[in-house]
Amino acid sequence: MTTLIQYLQYLLNGITLGAIYALIALGYTMVYGILKFINFAHGDILMVGAYAGLFIFTFLLGESTNAAWMLIAFFIAMLLSMAFCALLGMFIERVAYKPLRNANRLAPLLSAIGVSFILSNGAAWLFGAQSRRFPYPFDDTPISIAGLAITPHQILTVLVSVIMMVVLTVFVNKTRMGKAMRATSLDQSTSELMGIDVNKVISLTFAIGSALAAVGGILAAFDFRVYASMGTMTGLKAFVAAVIGGIGNIQGAMLGGLLLGILESIGAPLFGIPSALRDTIAFAALIIILLVKPDGILGKNEREKV
Amino acid sequence: MRILETQEVTRAFGGVVAVNQVNFNVEKGLVNGLIGPNGAGKTTLFNQITGMDVPTSGKIMFDGKDITGLPAWKISRLGIARTFQNIRLYNDLTVVENVMMGLHSKVGADPFHGRFIQAVKSYFQAGKENRELYVRALEWLDFFDLSHLKDEYARNLPYGNQRELEIARALAADPKILFLDEPAAGMNPAETAHLMKIIEMIRDKGITVVLIEHDMKLVMNICDNITVLSFGQKIAEGTPEEIRSNPLVIEAYLGKEDEE
Amino acid sequence: MLNFFQLIIIYAGIYALMAIGQNCITGNTGMLSLCHAGFFCIGSYATGIICKTLGLSFWFSLPVAALCSAAVGFLIGVPTLRLKGDYLCIATLGLGEIIRNIATNVNPVGMMAIPRAELFGYQFSSRNKITFIILVWCFVLIAYFLFRQLAHSRIGRAMIAVREDEVAAQSNGINVAKYKIGSFTLGAAIGGTAGCFATAYTLTVQPGSYTFMVSVMVLCMVVLGGMGNLKGVILGAFIIEFIQYFPQLVGLSSVIPAQASQIIYGLVLVIMMICRPQGILGRDNYRYGDPRSLREKIRDSFKRPSKKEA
Repeated sequence: MTTLIQYLQYLLNGITLGAIYALIALGYTMVYGILKFINFAHGDILMVGAYAGLFIFTFLLGESTNAAWMLIAFFIAMLLSMAFCALLGMFIERVAYKPLRNANRLAPLLSAIGVSFILSNGAAWLFGAQSRRFPYPFDDTPISIAGLAITPHQILTVLVSVIMMVVLTVFVNKTRMGKAMRATSLDQSTSELMGIDVNKVISLTFAIGSALAAVGGILAAFDFRVYASMGTMTGLKAFVAAVIGGIGNIQGAMLGGLLLGILESIGAPLFGIPSALRDTIAFAALIIILLVKPDGILGKNEREKV
Repeated sequence: MRILETQEVTRAFGGVVAVNQVNFNVEKGLVNGLIGPNGAGKTTLFNQITGMDVPTSGKIMFDGKDITGLPAWKISRLGIARTFQNIRLYNDLTVVENVMMGLHSKVGADPFHGRFIQAVKSYFQAGKENRELYVRALEWLDFFDLSHLKDEYARNLPYGNQRELEIARALAADPKILFLDEPAAGMNPAETAHLMKIIEMIRDKGITVVLIEHDMKLVMNICDNITVLSFGQKIAEGTPEEIRSNPLVIEAYLGKEDEE
Repeated sequence: MLNFFQLIIIYAGIYALMAIGQNCITGNTGMLSLCHAGFFCIGSYATGIICKTLGLSFWFSLPVAALCSAAVGFLIGVPTLRLKGDYLCIATLGLGEIIRNIATNVNPVGMMAIPRAELFGYQFSSRNKITFIILVWCFVLIAYFLFRQLAHSRIGRAMIAVREDEVAAQSNGINVAKYKIGSFTLGAAIGGTAGCFATAYTLTVQPGSYTFMVSVMVLCMVVLGGMGNLKGVILGAFIIEFIQYFPQLVGLSSVIPAQASQIIYGLVLVIMMICRPQGILGRDNYRYGDPRSLREKIRDSFKRPSKKEA
């Protein structure tokens, strides 16, 4: 018999998971908002971010066991990994998507699938098929609060995600560049006429999205370990989250991520679904939302003009 | 005689009412004009009638039948053809193939819609059927003087010819009514004159024409009657002469004098 | 060496069937679907169950596999119809994963020692590859001619109209929804037969092998050869299978990592999209109702194509 306290525990785990999904979903949503295409390779950038974070972290750490240095090294590793992924994202956009901006709608999508394959298999080749553990930068003994077990890495995950989302929201709503991004997502050619450097905006969008994916990847690595195909499933689910919230909508991605995380965590015990079929929940949710409200919870109704 | 009428048709997008209780009548065998300033709801009304969109309320009667809410392909088969404001051709197909698409509902049966045997026949005799359609499509191209371009890809056609091709494709279905959405947009005076001749020829074939157009010279010269929309509402209806002198119409186009 | 060549030809045949199905969905009707591995899976299981569990003939399992896949394709087609390009792609991807998920959960060990296919007392065994090649390629040819006729008929023309412009297609009296579901169902059916042949060849069913990667591989074949061009699609199947088995063919499988071929698939997709989006052979240059005589057609085909794909 599942008790209330157990459900609260599931909820808590769901929120942590949801925070990660939300971070990754932001990248999908921002790119979709501006280029109207799904960046399939986004999930694999997350994997690259996790590997980069892992390597930099273990390199910085060396033999040291100093608690303070561990935490500092972790954050340095995260920032460097973000920078690396931002560059990678911009590079991919320049090479694989930019030449296709005026092509058939399917072309960039197929190209993105190709990039995704190159990244995930390249990683499997370079780093082997073995999954690796991402060491906690602190003692991860669960703290017990009112019968709930909260691990420090869960707190870290939620904290980092919230900070990232607040920074992003402020950036998009308050800065000049953010305004340019919003304008570009509304109408690319008009923005160009208004003197906005659309290429720069698109590059920046990929950079930000990829940097957020790197953070998401590192945080996800605590729970799922690091391996070459980790991005595929996590990325797909984050995409589902973006669709649930309303693709192209930044708040929607956050909400969708959270909802999906909670649904996945609570859904299995609630509906009696075997945990092996957990992934099915996300896709079932996707198909239901696409049929019921294809524009997502916060999405605006966009119809093709006849 | 009325061939088509809309009864109190309303279409609201959220809070914006694009078409507000419009009674639009189409007289059989005539050229019916539908005019109004930008954003008056003309294309929206076209979309309601041709099934591209469903009215929020109201009824659309065609030939005595209620066609409200029918899917676009069914309405098309009842004999209502249309062109689009932003030209919609099958760009990767040739000119003659575009017209053959217009003939789609004229041959065989919908293979997934009853008459299965006929579909099977159509499958096995595809070559023969295609050659027959080809000949019929060429006849329509001749009508528009486009035969010399038949093997050209639609996307490579000059703008004016693309408009004509779209009309040819619509006509190929042998419709009772032809809806033209701004056919003269972007045409030079010579092309517009040619278009005017074409519309007259279509009318002389006994096909009812409904025309949305901003080119007033064209509208006033060719239309037998005109309906004026403004902000989603019908403000006037009548012969070109009546419309020309109607103060409400002048106000809708030029604004009230005391506003300046 | 010769052995591997024969293996490549067999797998190219099986995948050519899949690619013909994918081409019907993506090349003709323009829907980017990513669940062909799912149809493959269903066809394989249908054959496994019929031949082993029920002990019936392979020849009976062939149409049943096709029907089962078609039924699933239909069920997937109906709800996902309303979805445009990218959404459809993700939804079908999700459905493909659901199918695999269910298969791995219901039957985690797969099926083994499935009875061989038999014709007039002759057993098609994987040891005698030549006869299997003949079997598979007979069906590839049948499928090729059936789908070519389809593409060139009124139905195929309507599918192309749907691909080019849905709104215009509706205004021409084409029931877009039915053609979409129809092409999805047909594509799924042929994917199911591919699964049937794969099972008849390997005599096993492994639920873990119907991954997203298989779907991408099939898509790759279609893109590589030329979307909408059946000859191109079959050529694509050959090339991709050649890449897949190249390490074994040259005896370097210990040197070349297993991921190399998949990295190449990725590169193929990106490079093809940028440099030659219409594929190696380009679009099908069939002209509907072409009045030219056969001699003129042959003569024209030697001329340089003039304003194609402008």
